[in-house]
Formats: sequence, C-alpha cells, structure tokens
Amino acid sequence: MSPVIELDRLSKSYVVPVRDAGIRAGLVSLFKRKTRTVEAVKDVSLSIEPGEIVGFLGPNGAGKTTTLKMLSGLLHPSGGRASVLGFEPWKRPNDFLQQITLVMGQRNQLIWDIPVVDSFDRNRVIYQLGREVYRQRVDELTDLLDLGELLTKPVRNLSLGERMKCEVAAALLHHPKILFLDEPTLGLDVSMQRRLREFVARYNKETGAAVLLTSHYMADVEALCPRVVVIHHGEILFDGRLVDLIEKFSAQKTLVLELEESTSAEALALYGDVVSASEGRATLRVPKKETAEVTARLLRELKVQDLNVADPPIDEVIDQIFSGAAR
Amino acid sequence: MTMETATSPRSSRVHPRPWLAAYPAFFRISMLSNIQYRVAGAIWMIGMILEPLIYLTVWTTVADSQGGAVGGFTKGEFAAYYAFLLLVNHLTFTWVMHEFQYRVQYGSFSFALLRPVHPIHEDIAMNIAFKIVQLAVILPGILVLCVAFRPTFEPVGWSLALFVPVLALGFLIRFLFEWTLAMAAFWTTRVNALNQMYFSLQMFLSGRVAPIALLPLWVSDVAQHLPFYYAIGFPVEVALGRLSPEEAIKGVLLQLAWLAIMGAIIALVWKNAARRFTAVGS
Repeated sequence: MSPVIELDRLSKSYVVPVRDAGIRAGLVSLFKRKTRTVEAVKDVSLSIEPGEIVGFLGPNGAGKTTTLKMLSGLLHPSGGRASVLGFEPWKRPNDFLQQITLVMGQRNQLIWDIPVVDSFDRNRVIYQLGREVYRQRVDELTDLLDLGELLTKPVRNLSLGERMKCEVAAALLHHPKILFLDEPTLGLDVSMQRRLREFVARYNKETGAAVLLTSHYMADVEALCPRVVVIHHGEILFDGRLVDLIEKFSAQKTLVLELEESTSAEALALYGDVVSASEGRATLRVPKKETAEVTARLLRELKVQDLNVADPPIDEVIDQIFSGAAR
Repeated sequence: MTMETATSPRSSRVHPRPWLAAYPAFFRISMLSNIQYRVAGAIWMIGMILEPLIYLTVWTTVADSQGGAVGGFTKGEFAAYYAFLLLVNHLTFTWVMHEFQYRVQYGSFSFALLRPVHPIHEDIAMNIAFKIVQLAVILPGILVLCVAFRPTFEPVGWSLALFVPVLALGFLIRFLFEWTLAMAAFWTTRVNALNQMYFSLQMFLSGRVAPIALLPLWVSDVAQHLPFYYAIGFPVEVALGRLSPEEAIKGVLLQLAWLAIMGAIIALVWKNAARRFTAVGS
C-alpha cells in the first residue's frame, strides 16, 4: 500500500517582530522594525501508511501543532513538500477536506448556544451526508461515546469532557480517512481520557483511518500509538516503535528490591542511584550496561527476597531526551 | 454494530452546488441561535430604531424653523424617508466586521477554512435569518415612528415595484463591501480603527444622517458615485418615488457596477487573505 501521508523536508519558519522592553525601544520599533525568523519545523520527512496511528511527541513549541496544521491545510509551509491522500493540503480542495478532520483540544467548532445535535446537523449539510447515513452515524457515535442526553443540551452547558466527546463525534460524522488530533485529551479527567482513547482505537480499527495524534499525556501515546515520532526544536529526533524509543534513549534500568532486612541508603548507594529505600524495600537506578553485573552483585551480597528489573517510566525517558537535547 | 470503512460514500446524490444545498440548514441553525439571544437582539434593535428617530427629530425641528420644509423635504416627507430608512438599514446591515476580528483571534476561522463550503455562505444565511427574526422588533418600531411623525407618502407603482430588487442589490453590495473590509482582520488584529472610519463615512455618505440631497452639492455628487448610497439611500429614495425613471435606471446600473466591483475585489482579497492566514497561522 502506498502511504497516505508523505512529508519531504517540510519546513515552516515564521517571521516575528522583536523589540526590547521600554518606551525607547517601542518608539524605535515604530520606525525600524526588527524581526527574527523562527524555524518552527525544519526539514521534517516521514511517511504514514493507511491505518497507522502515529503519536507526535515533543515539548511545548516543538513544532507538533505547526506540522499538524500544515498537513490539515491550515498553514502554508515555507519549504519542502507534503502530500496527504495525494493532495497538497494547503490548497484545501473540497475533495481533500471531505476526507480529513482536525480536532484541537483547545478549540471548538461546535456552535456555543444551540444544542449539540444542531451543530451535527450543520456538518451533515456541509459534508453532504444523506439523511439515512447521517442518522446511522449519529446513533453509532452516540452509542460509542455515550452521548445520550448530551445531544439536546446547548454546548455552553456541557462540561469540558462532555464537550470534547461531542467535538470528536462532530469531527467524525463524515468518516474521514485521516484524523489529525491535536491534544484531544487536554484537561480531561483520567476516565474520560481513557474513554476517548478507546474510541479512537476503535475508530481506527473499524474504518482503517490513519491517525496522527499529539499529546502531552504519555498514557495516550502508550495506549494508542505503536509508532512515535519525537520532535524537538522542529526536528525529528526519533521515528520508530515506542519500545525502541525506550531502548534507545533510556540509559538506565530500574531495579526494585525486596530485602529480608532493612538496609541503609548509604549501603545501597554502592550499587546504584537510590531512588527510594525504606522498610526492606528499595528502588535503584543503574546504567543499562551494568544491569547484569549489579544484579549479580546484589543477589550475592544482600539477602534479596525479590528483584525486579524494569525500564524507567516513559515520561522519564521522554524528559531525559528533551532535557538532553536542549543542552 | 460496526462502522463502515472510510471509503463509504458520503451521500448517494452529491449536489452540484454543495453550498447552495447547505443554505436551508444554515438558515435553520442561525434561526435557532438568534432565538436564543432574543433579549440581546431586541436591545440591539432598539438602538437601531433610535438612530433614525433622533435624526428625524432633528430634521423635523429644522424644517419647523424654516417654515415647514428643508431642501425639498417637508416634515412628513422626512418621516417617510426615515421610516423606509429604518427598514432598509435593518435589512442591509451586517456585523461581520466585528465578528471577523474575533474569529481570527480565537482561531474559529481555522475550522471554517477546513470545511468544504466557503464560509461566506453561512454568513449570508445567518444574516438573513437574523433579519427575519428581528423584523418582529423593527416593524413595530416603524409603526411607532409613523404614528408619532405622520409621514406623507404617495406611492408610485413602478418605483415601489423596483424597490424590491434594488433593496436586494443594496444588501449584496453592503454585504460584500463589509465582508471584504472585515478581512483586514487577517493583516492586523486591531481592525477597530478601520471599522470606525468606515462607519463614519458610511453614516454620512449613505443617507443615514440626512438624505444626500441635503448635503453640500459636491459631497452629494461624490456620494452618488460611491457604494454607500447604493446600499441604503438609493433604495429608500426609490421606495419613496422621489427619483425620475432615468435617475432610477442610472442608479440600478451603478448598483450593478458596484456589485461587480465588490465581487471581483472579494475574490481577489479572499485568495490573499486565506493565504495570509495560512502563512501566519493562529
């Protein structure tokens, strides 16, 4: 199968005005504007196959949203090429718009003052859905996302989580082939996040749509995205499987010990970095290369009841990558 | 229950002009929103009614002091002028210039760009829906004005018949003009200054402050070539039967010319505005 999304050295730079603080600088800038070019996305190349779910990871300002906006057609790139379903996205032909959707956790497209179902109806006409198809899809989405009585409430009366569910439903009524989800779970509680995640997974499985998702919540990425793209300062640092990301970037392993007698932190420090130690339970961090050797020493020298070797939490790995890359 | 594949057909019949097919629903949805805001809407409308009432009071006073008429308008004729002006101004005004700044600033424009229907269509439908709902306030307003100021109005058949298409043209001219200006929001986030300038010019040159025949000769000459008058004052004067058939025909031709110009400008500016928006983002 040929890829549904292809980026070839895609770049986006903005020109932003700069000026120092104070009246003097303000007056100077009236006549002589100083600008600076910010490269939000630099030579990003990747391709996405039909049905793939790809997680875009990166700190704030890494270029995730900019990339998503270029791919959905909202931003004109300053260099490189992109093709989405064979279209150049920023030309926004109707045939292209009919097949994609963009959900932004911080923005809403539902009409504020009228019941949700009326906003749905607006999408019915915009996307030219036949009444029967429309009815069926509304039922389907109502069922999957548990929209029930939300449909007849005005949007302004919904909680954030309820509104997000409705936003997602509205964005999927036309059954897009490509989903661009920008922080779709932002600000939602844990169970609502899980619910949305499950829904996205199901939509992907049943329709074969490709999903490109950004999120600050690692749980989203872990649950949904077999493949992650890590982007930092506009550049791709990693593109591959989540497990490989951990393998590649986590220089350490975590050892969790159960000891027969409580051992002081000082004594444990001989084996590795002590994360915690109390009442015969301790957590150590050791360099990955030394794991085997340290484990052997621990078992030999201390009375170990139980020992568990694990990768550090994904959040920590990501944090390490970004703080390392920032240096 | 399973979802269909993403390749499922949208609709068995695809409308040749999708935007046209969307109008009834846009219209219905706007009606709903307007009904939601009935109190705010009514207050807004009362403001719209007050404006011509104030100018009418001023001109009635002036006419009284000048022996009953000013510049060919008697008190009763002023009353008829402002009664029609109230109707025409209501049916042709837009609020897109205020709305655009908000849309661009808060990013709701992003979603509008991603829909496979040009955003102007929803605006037109919304505008018409609002006008219809608010007639419930405007018509009683006109009635009050008529009772209080006793208009003198002798209907001229052909002129009154011409009023309807002339009004429709006036609406389109004003709508396209203001939609174009509203796009300034793509270049600057502070469009209020521009809006203010436009509104001042429009007040004066459209016939809202006074019938343009009452303005100094050269101003009235200039006004008769600008779009402001063709959106508001001209339809009012056609309704009143104050124009000769030649003047009316000339006016309609100028309306058509302005409409063509506005259409061309909007097509050009829209292309650039959308590109500008997508260059800068929001």
